[in-house]
Amino acid sequence: MTHPGEITRRGLLRRIGMTAFVAGPGAGLLSACATAGTGGEPAPAPSITASADARNPFGVDAKKPLEVVIFSGGYGDAYARELHQELYKKAFPGVTIEHNATQQIGTQLRPRFVAGDVPDVLNNSGPESMDLAALAAEGHLADLAPLFDAPSIDDPAKRVRDTITPAVIDNAKIDGKDLVLNYTVSHRALWYNAALFASMGWAVPTTWAEFTALGEQAKKEGIALFAYPGQKGPYYQLWNLLYTAAKIGGNQVIIDIDNLAEGAWNAEPVKQAVTAWVEIQAKYGEKSYFGLDHTQTQVKHLRNEVLFYPVGSWIENEMAKDKPDDFEYAIAPIPDVTAADAMPYGAIQVGVGENFVVGAKGENPQGGLEYLRIMLSKEGARGFTERTKNLTVVNGAAEGLDLPAGLMSAARAQDSAGANIITEARFEGWYKELFDYGTAQTNAVMAGRITPERFCADLQEKADAIKDDASVPKQTRSR
Amino acid sequence: MRRWRTYGFVAAFLAVPLVLYTVFVISPYVQAFQLSLTSWNGYSSVVAYVGLDNFGRLFGDEVFWQALRNHGIMLLTLPVVTIAIALFLAFLLNLGGGPSGDGMRGLWGSRFYRVVFFFPQVLAVAVVGVLFQAIYRPDEVGVINGVLARLGVEPVGWLIEPGLALWSVIAVMVWQGVGFYVVLFSAGMAAIPKDYFEAAALDGAGRVRLFFSITLPLLRDTVQVGWIYLGIAALDGFALIQVLAGDKGEPDGATTILPVTIYNTAFSYQKVGYASAMGVALFFLTVTFAVLTLRTTRRERVEL
Repeated sequence: MTHPGEITRRGLLRRIGMTAFVAGPGAGLLSACATAGTGGEPAPAPSITASADARNPFGVDAKKPLEVVIFSGGYGDAYARELHQELYKKAFPGVTIEHNATQQIGTQLRPRFVAGDVPDVLNNSGPESMDLAALAAEGHLADLAPLFDAPSIDDPAKRVRDTITPAVIDNAKIDGKDLVLNYTVSHRALWYNAALFASMGWAVPTTWAEFTALGEQAKKEGIALFAYPGQKGPYYQLWNLLYTAAKIGGNQVIIDIDNLAEGAWNAEPVKQAVTAWVEIQAKYGEKSYFGLDHTQTQVKHLRNEVLFYPVGSWIENEMAKDKPDDFEYAIAPIPDVTAADAMPYGAIQVGVGENFVVGAKGENPQGGLEYLRIMLSKEGARGFTERTKNLTVVNGAAEGLDLPAGLMSAARAQDSAGANIITEARFEGWYKELFDYGTAQTNAVMAGRITPERFCADLQEKADAIKDDASVPKQTRSR
Repeated sequence: MRRWRTYGFVAAFLAVPLVLYTVFVISPYVQAFQLSLTSWNGYSSVVAYVGLDNFGRLFGDEVFWQALRNHGIMLLTLPVVTIAIALFLAFLLNLGGGPSGDGMRGLWGSRFYRVVFFFPQVLAVAVVGVLFQAIYRPDEVGVINGVLARLGVEPVGWLIEPGLALWSVIAVMVWQGVGFYVVLFSAGMAAIPKDYFEAAALDGAGRVRLFFSITLPLLRDTVQVGWIYLGIAALDGFALIQVLAGDKGEPDGATTILPVTIYNTAFSYQKVGYASAMGVALFFLTVTFAVLTLRTTRRERVEL
């Protein structure tokens, strides 16, 4: 532990280095810049070990303050302020917590990380979320393995690892280490109004032929079969294309794309998926949606101008204020595209999201780990679901809660999907440039400005360019 | 001694703004030049120098060239259209009513119009962006498409057709800019001695002749300044495009501009070094434009 005024070995080396630097003519000006620290390898993060003490496995010092930064987006920050932080204070009476809520994660925290003044718990989310791989390379992220191996708060006989969805562990890895906690679970597929289907006597289509037949019927009612927002939300459709490709060809399709494998985008399932959706858009869609954003499109969905909308289970809470009483959100799996899809009908995407990390070089990384352990307790998770109407990764935490209809439908869909869960595309976080390019090309192909073959070829070219770009750190996954 | 005192007095006043300018303007510029030679990712404590690699990459970057093409179109159209409209309106407001009593006067109600024309300038760019999103909205709810729908015309995707999007954005920039230049040119016109107009009018010159033979030549300096302002605006456009058309140059790169590309490259793709190289390129483009405009339009001053 460093105390104020104490000179660490690293600090000493830096000071010597800086003196030499400042001695150069005119260098004084530069030393005030972001690029001041031009010397020295990043110091390795100190490791924390978990003891068997279920009350305080990380040896948290109650005298040390804890700083928590929350992205106050769709979930707000009340769950952290009123729930998780109160639980932490109860566990360590007298502790002070500095709570910061912001929507500008990157703007506020990037300079702090560069300067070495880092928070203990960070909810890295939103449009300005930071590149976790880059932070990990600097040793800024604490290893979460001790957290996953620590005893659970609810049952000290169990490890935290055994009380949460296994996908959390898969998605925690950066460069092979467990560094990121994904806290929420979402179900992505096509969302529709179950009440409208009931009143019209329509059945949810299970094959592409039924899907297009329903499209014809909906057309007669003046309803578009399908729409996605071309502004701000075209990535909903990029997900949909990828998940459809995985349904046709299996999860390996997405894994190959994530791994920048040769010819991954030119694979037959990707082409089939894109072709199928382009046809739906051309025959049963409406081009004005290319110019509408997610909120505008979702409002039209609520007005029954659109039947199916590709999104995740957060939609219900997002639109709760605008939702009329006769609208009932429900999830529909992607219909079978071919007669021989690798995944049977019913497969949906169930993914984890909402990143939390612990600052390794902060004042109180032990407290940060303990805070996450509290979030992963049943009480912490249950309260989060109550406040945000979103499920967490904690097994059974939502049991007995009065969940809204859409979440119930998602839970049932997951039950019937069984093992046929479509995996998430991780290149969204790994290679943002490829993902952004993909969303732009999605609009181009869906509007018919380029062919599906060209879409695949363009994305393959971009993926190859990223693969050859030495300045982009690479990640891989095996499952 | 006396000299020292005078200069000391002046220097004392200049010191504070100079320090502020150095810290907040000059030093970020210097730093951008420095960063453009590195592969810094915005987080790393190790900054690796890569020489001119970033600039070499710019030449092969399709997005960079697309942004330059879009800036080229904006540079050619935005100043010409805005200045033409502003001059026309300013002439009508100040001199369009013809000679009267003690000089020239504007059209009837010109004071009212002057205020109205200035309104768009008062609105924040973000407000203008949101406003025009509603105006350009591609379904019947949109202001323009709502009118078109009543006339039985199919809705037009103002911001989603690659051939239309940039022109729609330029139209908003013109709409927002005209009011300011009307005021600027009005001030210029007010400075032209009234005798000139009276003399010309006595000789039988009509309004068109008055405009081209007297107003325009004597406004030359003001128009030149307006041209440079608008040229720089054409190289910026960050906030408006970000709000109106999105941050990915949608559709198909039709609204890609350098400032937005720089922002994405630095803060979404973590290539701060490469983004700085783009920023340096933009810096030289802007300076070149300003110098070229001043050089080519320079000529002997007309003495009033």
